[in-house]
Amino acid sequence: MNYILKMSLRNLARNKRRSALSAIAIAIGTALLLFMSATIRGEMRGALDLTINLRTGHLQIHAEDYKDENMSLKREDMIEGPLEISGQIEEIAQVKAASPRLNISGIVAFKNETIGVQILGIDPPSATNSMYIEGMVAGEYFSTDDHEGVLIGLPLAESLDINPGDTIDLIINTSEGDTDEQRFTVRGIYTTDTPAYDKSTIFMPLEKAQTISRTDNYASMIYILLHDMDDTAAVKDAIQAPGYIVEDWVELNQLIVIVEQLSNAMMFFFNLMVLGVTSTVIMNTLLMAVYERTREMGILGALGMKAKQVKALFLTEATLLAIGGVLIGLAIGVPLVLYYAQVGFFLGDMGISANSSFMFGNSIYPYPTVGDAISVSVAALLITMLSGYYPASQAAKLEPVDALHSNN
Amino acid sequence: MEIAKLTDITRVYTIGEVETHALRGVDLSIGEGEFTTLVGPSGSGKTTLLQLIGCLDKPTSGKVFINNEEATGMNRNQRADLRKGTIGFIFQFFALVPTLTAYENVELPLLLIGKKNNHKARVMELLDAVGLVDWAEHRPDQMSGGQQQRVAVARALASEPLLILADEPTANLDTENGEQVMEIMKKLNEETGTTFVFATHDPRVIKYAKRVITLEDGLIIEDKNSGK
Repeated sequence: MNYILKMSLRNLARNKRRSALSAIAIAIGTALLLFMSATIRGEMRGALDLTINLRTGHLQIHAEDYKDENMSLKREDMIEGPLEISGQIEEIAQVKAASPRLNISGIVAFKNETIGVQILGIDPPSATNSMYIEGMVAGEYFSTDDHEGVLIGLPLAESLDINPGDTIDLIINTSEGDTDEQRFTVRGIYTTDTPAYDKSTIFMPLEKAQTISRTDNYASMIYILLHDMDDTAAVKDAIQAPGYIVEDWVELNQLIVIVEQLSNAMMFFFNLMVLGVTSTVIMNTLLMAVYERTREMGILGALGMKAKQVKALFLTEATLLAIGGVLIGLAIGVPLVLYYAQVGFFLGDMGISANSSFMFGNSIYPYPTVGDAISVSVAALLITMLSGYYPASQAAKLEPVDALHSNN
Repeated sequence: MEIAKLTDITRVYTIGEVETHALRGVDLSIGEGEFTTLVGPSGSGKTTLLQLIGCLDKPTSGKVFINNEEATGMNRNQRADLRKGTIGFIFQFFALVPTLTAYENVELPLLLIGKKNNHKARVMELLDAVGLVDWAEHRPDQMSGGQQQRVAVARALASEPLLILADEPTANLDTENGEQVMEIMKKLNEETGTTFVFATHDPRVIKYAKRVITLEDGLIIEDKNSGK
């Protein structure tokens, strides 16, 4: 074994508790950064997935002036003959499913309570609805020709104490600027684990929604899901929809993209802070070691050890501490992240509107990546090694004759 | 042959505005195979002179030659290179590296001069010479002061230096251990021809010396051969 490495290992073993505490500081920093990066990545990824699945799709076709949040029912803001268009789009191989959606604002009334809701007319058999079908918690899903049935979200059902089979009154805006009121039967209760959305979104078959809102053969948009989101650009180019515009998930989720960039910047500064604290601990440890071993440095200098070899000795100690700390950090952080990636953190209702550009589920699932693990480990290693540079330089600066006269 | 030569050496230490003249113009020549001691009261300049011969320090004025090579203008690394393989040190305190075994301490100078292999026999021979073969795997804290100083002697000899400098080598040893260390060094001087220079005021060391140089107030006031 190289004598510098051997001496470094033994020097670390000389004060086991201090070395262990320093390594633990690096380990905690590494594990924390790993956890934070996976959590932020998971949160952003979860928000994007939910927003795509619940609101925007990977691609969306709509009229030029249509704004999702306005829920306009004017003919010029809508798509005519949407089922024919979605049928053509579904023939594109990369498209998983495409279907029309009709957004209508309305009010639900049950017993003596009323709540403002968004009524979504959907094509019941379409695979675009798989998230709602899989999320059915009570009752049953409805069929295309069901003219009296609706699905409501679990939080809404709980707040109004509604059960499958109960009847509710819906007051719905129409394209003619007035309202219509009809009684519907709650066929089933669904959850997407997105409280804000589930609390304020009621589904009904598209045909019935068109009838009641007087928008026959019109829809607000064509909602498109792809098998692989990497095909977005290719499918967008392939879609022919004269008179309408096609927007992809990046254009439709600008806020999420910006927030993700902001999160990455914040994460960078968070990394700097954590690694800064860690490097201070390491610097302190090694400065103490230089102070305690001053006379020893004098002896080594007298024996002919050069300044660069003294520096190498302390840098090797810093590197060994870094490697040990990072490995312990990975040993703690990776299983922890993997565990929470499975079970998630329950956050509950974050109070964000269903029409928000940002959808949050009631849980965050950290999303670990090998890239994050490597970048966090390399950053922790480099910062720790750099923090050893100053103490190592101090040790290398010691003149043997002065060091020999030291009391340490 | 001249191993070390110092001409008109002064060494002034400045602390704040106070100047201390440790050496005030010393000329000295150390020949091959000498067993020389520097004596004098505390503050006379013994240790300073030893450090200058050992190229650990630089004189304020004057010149230092080691093995005919001028060391005065050398930087720290050049002086470290000169020391390696040329000069060995034995210090007053038991200056072993505490994390290394006796074997590894003796081996260290060999590693520093770049001898990476085939030095086991040399190290064991030296430990045998100081009577510590059985202690090869012990660390300094497992050995007595006398044993540690004997390891330091073996370490000083490891790279077969021309010159060994010892600063108060027996100061922290009892009489028995002090005599033992001196006997070993004397024997090695006679058998290997290695030059030894000691700084001391221990009469037990002085009695072994072939040449006694006396310093006082930074000047050599007497330089005599003992006739041994």
